[in-house]
Amino acid sequence: MERTLTAVIAAPPSSPHQKRAQRRWIGFVAAVAVLFVVIALSIAIGSRTIAFSTVWQVLWHSDNSAESAIVHDLRLPRTLLGIGVGAALGLAGTVMQALTRNPLAEPGLLGVNMGASTAVVTAIAFLGVTTASGYVWFAFVGAALTSAAVFALGGAGRHPTPERQILAGVSITAVLGAVVWVVLVLRREAFDRYRHWDVGSFSDRDAGTVLRILPFLVVGIVLALVLGRQLNALSLGDDSAKSVGAHPVRIRALGLLSVTLLCGAATAAAGPIWFLGLAVPYAARMIVGSDYRWILAYAVILGPALLLGADVLGRVLVIPAELPVGVVTAFLGAPLFIALCRRRRLSSL
Amino acid sequence: MRTVIRGAGLSVRVYPRALIVGVLLLLAALAVALVNLTTGDFPVPVADVLRSLAGKGDAGTDFIVYELRLPRVLVTLLVGAALGASGAVFQSLTRNPLGSPDFIGLTTGAASGALIVMLIAGGGGAQVGAGAIVGCVITAVVVYLLAFRRGVQPFRLVLMGIGVSALLEALNSYLIYRARLNEAIAAQVWLIGSVNGRGWTEVVIAAVTVVLLLPTVVYFGRHLKLLALGDEMAVLHGVPVERSRAILALAAVGLSAGATAAAGPIAFVALAAPPLAARLSRSPSAGILPAAMMGAALLSAGDWAAQNTLPDVDMPVGIITAALGGVYLTWLLFRERGARR
Repeated sequence: MERTLTAVIAAPPSSPHQKRAQRRWIGFVAAVAVLFVVIALSIAIGSRTIAFSTVWQVLWHSDNSAESAIVHDLRLPRTLLGIGVGAALGLAGTVMQALTRNPLAEPGLLGVNMGASTAVVTAIAFLGVTTASGYVWFAFVGAALTSAAVFALGGAGRHPTPERQILAGVSITAVLGAVVWVVLVLRREAFDRYRHWDVGSFSDRDAGTVLRILPFLVVGIVLALVLGRQLNALSLGDDSAKSVGAHPVRIRALGLLSVTLLCGAATAAAGPIWFLGLAVPYAARMIVGSDYRWILAYAVILGPALLLGADVLGRVLVIPAELPVGVVTAFLGAPLFIALCRRRRLSSL
Repeated sequence: MRTVIRGAGLSVRVYPRALIVGVLLLLAALAVALVNLTTGDFPVPVADVLRSLAGKGDAGTDFIVYELRLPRVLVTLLVGAALGASGAVFQSLTRNPLGSPDFIGLTTGAASGALIVMLIAGGGGAQVGAGAIVGCVITAVVVYLLAFRRGVQPFRLVLMGIGVSALLEALNSYLIYRARLNEAIAAQVWLIGSVNGRGWTEVVIAAVTVVLLLPTVVYFGRHLKLLALGDEMAVLHGVPVERSRAILALAAVGLSAGATAAAGPIAFVALAAPPLAARLSRSPSAGILPAAMMGAALLSAGDWAAQNTLPDVDMPVGIITAALGGVYLTWLLFRERGARR
């Protein structure tokens, strides 16, 4: 069984395939290089101008200077959080697109992030949960319930169209939005915390945030990466997937688990961030084609690169204030969504 | 079933069932409105309210009825009617039950316009309304242009609306994020859509909108059935296709803009009212007037629920409509899924 699967998925090497493999590796190295540049920028650029040489020096030799405190206590945690959240949302988007075979699937548009937010808001307002490690669990529950609901509503039919799934997501977002409003009207004091979190931002997250979500992120990322070959099989359609020895139901369950872990953790830490899960697989697919093993690998690199890039952009654009990263990604991502929808026919994956 | 009444050079087609449904819905809306006039922090008996409305009440009741409750009740009725009519026109034009102003991004655009006035320019009252109208019209034009590609495909219009809404929602949440807390709370309450504390200014905005645009929509709405058969059929029957469609769309944008200016972006009334009215009148598509009456009845009932669901809390009516409308929309998608199997 296992051998059949491999034989179908991995085509025999020939000249065009070698060329493509070469292109994939070159692209991957380039993406990693871009990621490192963006990480460097994220550590070097901020509301307070610090010379690059100074940043470099205090990065490795921590001293008691203000510069050292800024780099170690503010910029480094923020950058790490960006890497984690970016990888999580990029992967979550990829897995969702593979599971639903929908090129528009994305945690934000399908309402999964909103589900996580709703659960967190309820926790803040009614259950008196105040710590981020408490948020995470509620975010998981919310993300899991919503993704299950969206898949059931928009994805489980015999001919689910990409557009219908998006509408299912939007309608669920609307219902959840009403829930959030009720909570906020009843609890004014929760509103202030909510509005800073809702916009999607890294700016006032402390160093512990990234550590708290780290275990969930690692499990989710590993699970998503391991699923690559199964997702390839699933992209053939359920019947063909079965005939090459894959188990569609098991793949969906594991995929859903990974999406839940990734979206829940990312949303609990950074607030709902839209469109990253749409843009990352799209960009990856342009470089590597339709092999999910490669798309997932690229998503781990491109997600953080895009998100950190957007964060740096947000810090630079409106000096001395800063744009929350969620706003920047929406402004970059919405045009992509519009462009994708303007195509004559959306090809199903 | 229809009856044609012909007079001197004028003939009117009457659909008895639609007419009856429309009248009943109007009566229901007025009844709920009357109930809303009697309930509140200080209950007033129906008889006193009626006496006051007839101009024979005592000073205390007059104050409660005319200053506190009547503006709110009138805004609710007018905004509901405007939203219902606007939804009916958009749903017919796009031939899609999801083609309501909520989904084409119009309400979000209006909200952005209003927030810019409220939080950046520091305006209030009528200026906010003007901002909402400008924002709504600009968004309508942008979404239409984006969706236009060798003609406008209805579904693409909805998707473009979702994309543009997402963009504008990011802008809105940024505007709220950077504001001071008090202003932010006021803005958020406005964003939910509420008829709480509306005065005569808002009544005038809503009334002007409805009085000017509802007859326009109804007049050109007679072409909607033929437009639904396709452009060729409509042309064959002598309908000026492009002109009717443009006027209808503009008037519907105006209705939705005026409603949003008066009460904030109230979700889902425009989505739910027309199909519900159609269901009651047992016709495939609702007439515009029954849809408008349905909107008025729905929003009045929603406002009653908003005032009475939780003790001591006057919830914005937008919460009720969003919750119910979201459930309705979910049911719609669920049913469509079942139907295609």
